[in-house]
Parts: sequence; structure tokens; C-alpha cells
Amino acid sequence: MRMNIHLKNRVACVGAGMTLFRRRLYETSDELMWLAAKQALEDAGLTIKDIDCVVYGTAPDNFDGIHMQSEALADGGGALNKPYTRVYVGGGTGVFSAIAGWWHVASGLCRRVLVIAEEKMSHVQPHPQYVFHHIFDPVTEKPLGVNLIWIFALEMHRYMYKYNIKKEDIALVSVKNKRNALDHPAAQLGMKITVEDVLNSEVLVWPVQRLDISPISDGAVALVFTDEENAKQLTDEPIWIEGVGWNLDTMYWTNRDLAFPTYLYYAGKMAYKMAGIHNPRKEIDFAEVYDPFDYKELHHMEGLQLARKGEAPILTREGVTERDGDLPINPSGGLLGVGNPIAAAGLMKVAEVYWQLKGQAGKRQVKKDVVTGLAQAWGDLMQVGTVIIMRR
Amino acid sequence: MTRVALVGIGSTQFRPETPQKNFKELMYEAASRAYIDAGIDPRKELDCIITASEDLWEGVAIFDEYVPDQLGGVLKSVFTVGGDGLHGIIHAYMLIKTGYFDLVAVEAHSKVSEIETLQKIYHFAMDPWYVRPVVDNPYVLAALEMMNMMRLLDITFDMLDMTIMKNHLNAVEWGSPYARIYDYDNLESSEYVAQPLREVDIAPHVDGATVAVLASEEKAKELTDDPIWIEGVGWATQGGRVERTLHNLPTALNTAGNMAYVMAGIENPMAELDFAEVDDRFSFRELVSLAMLRLDGGDLMEMVVNGVYTLDGDFPVNTGGGFLGNGYPLEAGGMMKLLHAVKQLRGEAGFNQLDDPEKALVAIRREVPSNSYAVLVLGR
Repeated sequence: MRMNIHLKNRVACVGAGMTLFRRRLYETSDELMWLAAKQALEDAGLTIKDIDCVVYGTAPDNFDGIHMQSEALADGGGALNKPYTRVYVGGGTGVFSAIAGWWHVASGLCRRVLVIAEEKMSHVQPHPQYVFHHIFDPVTEKPLGVNLIWIFALEMHRYMYKYNIKKEDIALVSVKNKRNALDHPAAQLGMKITVEDVLNSEVLVWPVQRLDISPISDGAVALVFTDEENAKQLTDEPIWIEGVGWNLDTMYWTNRDLAFPTYLYYAGKMAYKMAGIHNPRKEIDFAEVYDPFDYKELHHMEGLQLARKGEAPILTREGVTERDGDLPINPSGGLLGVGNPIAAAGLMKVAEVYWQLKGQAGKRQVKKDVVTGLAQAWGDLMQVGTVIIMRR
Repeated sequence: MTRVALVGIGSTQFRPETPQKNFKELMYEAASRAYIDAGIDPRKELDCIITASEDLWEGVAIFDEYVPDQLGGVLKSVFTVGGDGLHGIIHAYMLIKTGYFDLVAVEAHSKVSEIETLQKIYHFAMDPWYVRPVVDNPYVLAALEMMNMMRLLDITFDMLDMTIMKNHLNAVEWGSPYARIYDYDNLESSEYVAQPLREVDIAPHVDGATVAVLASEEKAKELTDDPIWIEGVGWATQGGRVERTLHNLPTALNTAGNMAYVMAGIENPMAELDFAEVDDRFSFRELVSLAMLRLDGGDLMEMVVNGVYTLDGDFPVNTGGGFLGNGYPLEAGGMMKLLHAVKQLRGEAGFNQLDDPEKALVAIRREVPSNSYAVLVLGR
């Protein structure tokens, strides 16, 4: 990527909407998409007729039990007779669909874009882990009977070992995020817990325990992006998208050091370069980093250069990442608290950045005055990082 | 704003089976050829790689994790589109248009020969409540569509036969395993799959991979003296429920086509374009595409009967033989059409070469039962 000195189309976010996140919602996938889209359009003061293009994000293809799922769900996105496309990078899809929305506008091809991410995991019986079984290499890994928690336990262990991190410090993330989620009206798992509760919860694959993990969820999130001209007509305070970045590492995850997310470091670098950020720790006011497991929040803070290697647990212990801290991380409650409908969870983070920068986050509003926020997601076989930076 | 050019394209052969290579090796072969054609080092120069695929064609979940290694994309910006290869090209076009990206590669492939339960996957793509219980086979939907299109556009079997013969004849030069010199007697004896759809109306499946390299104007001029410019792009979907749209003309193709024409500044497509590569997954689709893209000169029957769309005609269509002649490589379908169009524009089409073509149109519809279209206008 090079710097674009002739930037013509600045991209603004002018509306956001989301459904409840729940273990099982009665609405169909189409209905969830439309509920989120309708809220986002109302927030922006637009109708579906004003939308030029629709971008849809979902992580795997098969939660709904339909091949070419994106095609089947075009109606729910209001994409009749409109340019419509689905992009995916596994768990990173949520933030990535926002990135795709960005280039639809930044290229000058579309003026008003609706970005929708939706996931309905409850369809899968008996458990969505059965879908994740198929993400592994069919020859070398699948026969071992691996599942996702198994490989994340390896990564968590490696991270703890390399930087000498205690389980108690990691559990603090879960405590913080679930507490933050108590203030989120759509949250699935907001609760008041202690470090002891996390350490005493059921061991799934050591060192991963029940309360270290985000839940299975249904939900949808939608955003409206426009070009500068439209944004200024629609609102006095558009939130600008200033930087995007994404990066994919090799699929042979067994050949990498899992202690540091190199792919995320590169993705962050790309986004920082675009946004003109030289010192992320100072220039980023708050961040929504991807936290499907509590250790991932720390891991990702380090990958994003928001903390030095091994420093993130110390910042957490010192309260720096609390809502009233110096660098609030996941003020929404994150995936651990709000829920984890994979792609929708990523886009929820972008929506949270939008609400925080607008000052519309209600009880979740961070204490300090914020100008620059960052949302990040992660996915595939611990392989992809997606980053978006927004400014007031 | 920068223009976008195609500076390299590489492809494997399209074959019914490729037992000697797995999908990664197919991708690698196509990618190496494309990178050599463009004269680039993918590890150093590529800004982004886009692949087009769907999980169920591949037999894995979250297919995008399987792609970076064989394309030279490790620790690079890589992503996957749930769409045809042409949708990937459109995303690459937009990325370059933002001004931040100089060189983007797009890959699409098919390893359909390895799919044991192809018909079940098609079945799985249908609406689970209303269609799956009653329609067992995608060709039933295609047959219903064919019936409606023949009625709406006055398409006769003679017109379909001429289209089939033309495309097979055009495919001979490409060394296609399916190319056949047909006469009316062969076609008449073809059996119905689902009336009115005959076996000869259906393009058979093939394996293969194609990679294209797109560049910004500045970069393209560094790399080559005669790039192929992408002058217009368009894409649209008719809506999710294909069974509800079978009865109507595919207006979304018209929307996509008009978007591309406006961008390319084309007002009278038939006069301003030199040839077209359009979807012919089923024989009738070629004629429907031509009608919806305003390439029928007002009277489709007259055009077909007078041989306007043949290689020697005024407006050749599917000069490479299309899917009917070469086979249908799933999501790489659009890329096969793009390959044929680029070869023509570069003057590398051998016996099929047209006389100095300047502008071409490539249009594709995704596999049944989808309803998505993508259109490109290319120029020299």
C-alpha cells in the first residue's frame, strides 16, 4: 500500500444499528439483517431507496444450512436490483465488511453504502463447534479431532509461558468486559463476577475455562457509510474513517510462534500509516479489540502496539483499560460480555467506536474526551487481523 | 483519478478432471503464469490478493484461510469474495481506484471433479422451506427459467441450436475437451434433462484456475506498453429467492450492464463494442444476456439467424467458445470469459482472432440458484 496524496473521497459513517445478541433469537437471518439495517438507516435519516450498494459479511458459509448463503439473504439486506457482495476473512469478517464498505465509497463508485454483518449460529445442532471442525486441514489436522478451543488453549499457553503471565491477570479482562456489558442494552452475558469465579469455572481445555470464553450468539449489526458530500448533508458530526488495514498469515499455524500476532502488527501498521498515526499508544484514545477469549484482548493490544510485548496484563491490572482509564479497551463489553455472533460481533465493535465518538454511548460512554477510536477483529486459523480507525 | 489496467493473466487448462494436481497446485500454476505475464514478484510488489470462492464448493469452512501460501500472499492483505471471479475483479478495481493500492491479484478456481456430492450441494443452495422439498435438481429451476425466457423473448429451439453449434465451433481452437462439431441431427437426438432443457443446452463442469493481475495507471505503464484497460464495471443482484424471479426478465443484469456502460461512456453498446463474452451456462442464457445487455439489435432472432454473433459476424459473441464449448468452472467462470476477452484484445487468440478488436464486454451470472451478475467493459 502507498499513501494517497490525491484523496478524493473521504468516507464517513453516518448511522449504526444492531439487534439484540442472544443465544437463540426467533427471527430468521433475513429478519435479523433487516432489523439492524432499518435501525442504521433511520439513524442516518435515509431509506433503503437511497442506498447505492450493499455489503454483507458472514464468517463461514454454513451456519444457516444454505449453500451460497449470501445470495439467499440478499432480500434481508434490501439488495434487490442493487450491487451486492459478500466478503469474508473468517472471524475478522465483521471489521472487514466495514473495510469493504470503505472502499466502495473511497473508490468513488458508490455514494451511500449499507454494510451488514449477520450471524445466526443457533441453527447448528447440536453445537456450532461442528462447523468449526471443518476449518482445519482435512488431511493433517481434522483426523486429530481438533476443535477451536483446543488450538486457542495452545496459543494462550504459549503467550502465558513466553511473557510469564498469570491466569489471574488474564481473568481480569473477563471481569472487566462482563461488567462493562451490564450497561449495554443488547448484551447477552453482562454480569458481575470476580477473578475467583473465572478461576473456579469449568476447565474446557487447560488453560481455557468457561468464563474465559465468549458465548455462542445470534445477532446482526448494520452501518451506513457515505461520501463527504452526502455526510455533510445528513449530519453535522460525521465520523470519518481514517485508516483501514488487514493482513493474512500462512495457514500453516503450527509453523509460527503463537506468542505474538505478527499479522495483526502488519494490519495495524497499514491502518496507522493511512491514518497518519506514528505513536498508537498516545494517538489512539480508546479501542475495541477482538476478545473472543480474555487473553486475546491482551494479545491484540500488543499486536496493535497499544502495549509493549507482555505489558498488556500489567496495564489491565493497573486499571488503564477500564472505562475511566487512560486507554479504555472494550468499553462496550466486547465479545465476552455483549456476545459473539462472529461477523456481527466484529461490526458491533465498529458501531461502538461510532457511538463513542458521537457521544451516544449512554452509560457506556468513556470518561475522557475521545477523538480517535480503533476497532479490530481476528479470525481464520489464528491468521488474520483486520483494523479500522475512525475519527470525530 | 487513476485508471485501472489488467497487466497480467494466467490460467491452467480447463479439464473435466485433474487427478495429478490438488486445488492449491492449480492455484499455484495459474498464479505463477499470471505473475510471469505481468513481470512482477508477488512477494515484493503485490498490495493485495483477492480470491473468489464459497465454502461448500471446497468442502471446508472459512475457505479464505487456505489461500495465501500458494499465491505468494503470506503476511499480505488477502481476502475472499463469496462470488464469481469477476466480482473479485470489481473489488480489485475499487481498491485501486481508492488510490492506496497499486497492484492487486485476483484468483478464482474450480476443483469440481473432487466434489462427491455435487447435486446435493446444489440442493443445499435452495430455499430450505419452499423449494428444497419439491425441487431436487438445479436443472429443474433452469428449465423453468428457460421456459419463461423462451416465452418472454421469443427464443426458439433453432436459435438455441445455432448458439450451441457456434460456441462448440469456437471452442475447438482452445483445445477444449468438450468442443464438438454439431449438426442439427446430433442436437435433435439430445435427451431432455428437464423439459425443455436438453443435455446439449447445459455446459458440463470443468476444473481449472485463473489469476489476473490489475494495476493502477502509473504502475501499468511501468510494467507494459499495451495494458488492457478496465473501462467500466457493474454488478447487481436480482434478489435472494431465485424461484420468485424465474418468471421475470433478469433486470439486475440490465442494471449491472448500464452501470458499466455509463462508466465506460458507452451509449450504443452494439456499435461501440467489438465483441462480447457473456454467460452461457445454459444455451438460452447467452441469448437472455444479449437481450438484457442491449446487444440484440432490436431483434434477437434476426441477429442469430443472420449469424451476427459468429466469429465472422458483425458482433462476435463468446469467441472463445464459452462455457458450452469449454465447460463451466464454477466461480472461475467469469475469469475464463475474461481470459478469452483478454486474448482477443491482445491479438493472441490464434485461429479465433478477430480483426483488431478495441473494446469488449464480459458478463457473468453466478451458478444456479443464485441471481447475481457482474459486467466488465474492457478496452485496449
